[in-house]
Amino acid sequence: METLQREGINQMEAWRSFETGNWNEQIDVRDFILRNYQLYTGNDTFLEGTTDKTEKLWNHVLDLMKQEREQGILDADTKNVSTITSHEAGYIDRQLEQIVGLQTDAPLKRSLQPFGGIRMMKTALESFGYEIDPETEKTFTEYRKTHNQGVFDGYTPEIMKARKAGIVTGLPDAYGRGRIIGDYRRPALYGVDHLIEVKKQEKQELESRPMNEENIRDREELSEQLRSLEELKQLAQAYEHDISQPAKNAKEAFQSVYLAYLAAIKEQNGAAMSLGRVSTFLDIYIERDLAEGSITEKEVQELVDHFVMKLRMVRFLRTPEYNELFSGDPTWVTESIGGVAEDGSPLVTKNSFRFLHTLTNLGPAPEPNLTVLWSEQLPKNFKEFTAKMSIETSSIQYENDDLMREDYGDDYGIACCVSPMKIGKQMQFFGARANLAKALLYTINGGVDEKLKMQVGPAFEPIKSDVLDYDEVKEKFEEVQDWLAGLYIDALNVIHYMHDKYSYERLEMALHDRDVMRTMACGIAGLSVVTDALSAIKHTTVRVIRDEDGVATDFEVEGDYPKYGNDDARADEIARDLVKGFMNKIRERKTYRDAVPTQSILTITSNVVYGKKTGNTPDGRKSGEPFAPGANPMHGRDTKGALASLNSVAKLPFEDSQDGISCTFSIVPKALGKDEQTRCQNLVSILDGYMSQTGHHVNINVFDREKLEDAMEHPEKYPQLTVRVSGYAVNFIRLTREQQLDVINRTFHESM
Amino acid sequence: MKARIHSVESCGTVDGPGLRFVTFLQGCPLRCVYCHNPDTWECGDGKEMTVDELLEEASSYLPYMKFSGGGVTLSGGEPLLQPRFVQAFFEACKEKGIHTALDTSGTIMPANIEDILAVTDLVLLDVKHIDDEKHQSITGVSNKNTKKMIQLLEDKSIPVWIRHVIVPGWTDDDQSLDKLGQFIRQHSVVKHVEVLPFHKMGEYKWEQLGFDYQLTEVSPPDEETMEKAKRKLMLDNENLAVK
Repeated sequence: METLQREGINQMEAWRSFETGNWNEQIDVRDFILRNYQLYTGNDTFLEGTTDKTEKLWNHVLDLMKQEREQGILDADTKNVSTITSHEAGYIDRQLEQIVGLQTDAPLKRSLQPFGGIRMMKTALESFGYEIDPETEKTFTEYRKTHNQGVFDGYTPEIMKARKAGIVTGLPDAYGRGRIIGDYRRPALYGVDHLIEVKKQEKQELESRPMNEENIRDREELSEQLRSLEELKQLAQAYEHDISQPAKNAKEAFQSVYLAYLAAIKEQNGAAMSLGRVSTFLDIYIERDLAEGSITEKEVQELVDHFVMKLRMVRFLRTPEYNELFSGDPTWVTESIGGVAEDGSPLVTKNSFRFLHTLTNLGPAPEPNLTVLWSEQLPKNFKEFTAKMSIETSSIQYENDDLMREDYGDDYGIACCVSPMKIGKQMQFFGARANLAKALLYTINGGVDEKLKMQVGPAFEPIKSDVLDYDEVKEKFEEVQDWLAGLYIDALNVIHYMHDKYSYERLEMALHDRDVMRTMACGIAGLSVVTDALSAIKHTTVRVIRDEDGVATDFEVEGDYPKYGNDDARADEIARDLVKGFMNKIRERKTYRDAVPTQSILTITSNVVYGKKTGNTPDGRKSGEPFAPGANPMHGRDTKGALASLNSVAKLPFEDSQDGISCTFSIVPKALGKDEQTRCQNLVSILDGYMSQTGHHVNINVFDREKLEDAMEHPEKYPQLTVRVSGYAVNFIRLTREQQLDVINRTFHESM
Repeated sequence: MKARIHSVESCGTVDGPGLRFVTFLQGCPLRCVYCHNPDTWECGDGKEMTVDELLEEASSYLPYMKFSGGGVTLSGGEPLLQPRFVQAFFEACKEKGIHTALDTSGTIMPANIEDILAVTDLVLLDVKHIDDEKHQSITGVSNKNTKKMIQLLEDKSIPVWIRHVIVPGWTDDDQSLDKLGQFIRQHSVVKHVEVLPFHKMGEYKWEQLGFDYQLTEVSPPDEETMEKAKRKLMLDNENLAVK
């Protein structure tokens, strides 16, 4: 009774002057936002620069980052296993920081997170010259099983072979799966005490159900969620912040959102640890403080800058192999900005501008992964501002809100690069990707891997003719894809069963509703390679060159053929059919926890590694050469200009690739127009034009090839140079040389 | 109806407003000393395309045209060397509601010019020089028709963007610029003046084609010269936007 009273009093103060609604009856952050946010249609002139505090603090962090770059990592905890409460409070500079909280007790010091796999931690530490504490290693080898061990207990020999050959790669079987977005706004709006009450209630509701496997698991998970919420309170206490109660002002709201997110990354080193959609939510608190006169615009920007600074400092321990796949130490702290409500009003606030403005105040950076949810209906001033920031910093990606809103409503966020999910209501089982280019080679070679010269797939009937026949290849390719889809889903089922068992995301799921929708997020790589290969086989003569064992090792393409990326239906329809076809094969499979199957066309930087592991292909691509990233046309083959290239990508069906279709677009500034204003307007029109044709995602890079070449030679001159690659941004100088060359060799549109 | 076409640009940003589908028609009667596309001169070169084919290709970019307030531009070469095609293509574009721009030197006055202008929303008029004599030494052709053309556009109230290339030693003297400025100000249809610096990016093409390039020793104009030219061409006319 007393608690209830206290809660009532705190809520009255924290929720003063907010419009009430369903959000007061149950957990409904969306309702709170829609009733209380203030649309901003003005321009960027209200924005403030940095304060002295920001300047000092950021320079200090930049110094640390420089040391980190030189050393590989700045420091690491080799003993204490990271949990929500594992470390004492840590600071960068306590006097200056407006938003507090670090992953360990010191800035950029990496934490030890062995629940995904102890080997990953040990190898990662060793590669940077550290040694894992023997006690901790023993604990996680002898007493406490990890996700990684569990997966390999479950894998079949066939899955192991497929993994080795690289026909499936990047699977989250040795590290955290990530791509789950906790609703980090809930602690700020409701206070953790209230969230605990709601979770207890949810658990109680399960008492009348029979104790079958599913219900037992649900009850255990809810219990874990409840524990994690108690730990979140302890974490906040260590930083002298009361998160048990709702936030009373903007600063408290920022702090609660950040600490909830911090608790998640202390507990999980998921591949992508995305933030969600917080800027417009936070703006509601800011507007109230501004109206009450308790904060100035300068102070507001300081809060945003310090919050974003913390997001730029998120670090995980990764092995060199992992970095080869996903380069530049990405964490995918994706923040989704903008979008439009279901009733048609844009969800743009001043805080949407402030978040993007950090790219000016703190300079360009890959993290947080700033994602603009684009709609034709966004205010003109906001569109032009985002275009301006893109042209200046190449740090923004755009995703089609008009397309996603239909299925995901108006309170979804992007996880990782392109994956939409309803915040707090939906999660995904991340599934990396299958290599379709290799699958095509298995078709020709009867399941024998062209690089390992080993039978990986079943012994399909190989193609024996010298000249490839389109109908024969197509028919046999279907069979190989059937096999691949089955094996792939099997592998993912094992992975996610074990992840739930050994490395359950307690806190992230505590910030979800109890009954969430789960998707099994598959993916494909090599789309443009296979499309062009099939087009070549169909429209010209492709001769097979075989080695002494009869394995096709090379191809001779006679004459020209229609290529994907030129708005040519003859090629684009092949691409569309491939996407649809593989998706349908995935749909036929039974998934763990009845997750709804989806797929993405996204490679991140792994297109380089996939290419390395794949032999010569019938489109004329040479063995080892990178694939195009995501859904992009192959390098240099989209010869009809930027818009023709975008048109081809826009034709890929989102309904068959609901986990996202990634496109990376690089253009030299002068091709966008003569002066700054024209360039902004033209970029806006390109985005409107692309999205109106149902293009799903696009990374925008605006710079000259020469600049990148110079950065390769003189990295010290470009500490913050940011480049958008398939779904995320990287610090260019942190890429491997091979990846740098890949970025440079990608099509730069010099004219449209 | 077919035309000989040098190339297309799927969305140009400099030949008219917004994002534009620009078609470079093959063939030109002028032999400008500073030409950066001498490969468009010869009338028999290029590939043939029909109105329908060209329109179909342009139509792929309708969304971009719509959002940017763009359209199609016929450039060259000299598009008016193939006047019946220009008319037919623009008529087809107007039927689909597409904005049309004609990039011409105005030195050709074809018989169907009235019909062409009836379906032309904007003319980009390249005035090479205001003096006939100097015009002839730069292009090999008189500018009489260019002047007639602007009068015709004035009569028909068709908006005009004037383009003028500044070539040091050829077009940058005060007297010529003043005279051109005066000429521009006499015509109310001129909405925009683009002063373009001469550049040498086309020099290699002259060599490839075995032509003798006269401007090897000429450097692009400095900023000061460009500023001066802009001032002189804009003088006393607040309605003019000069770039």
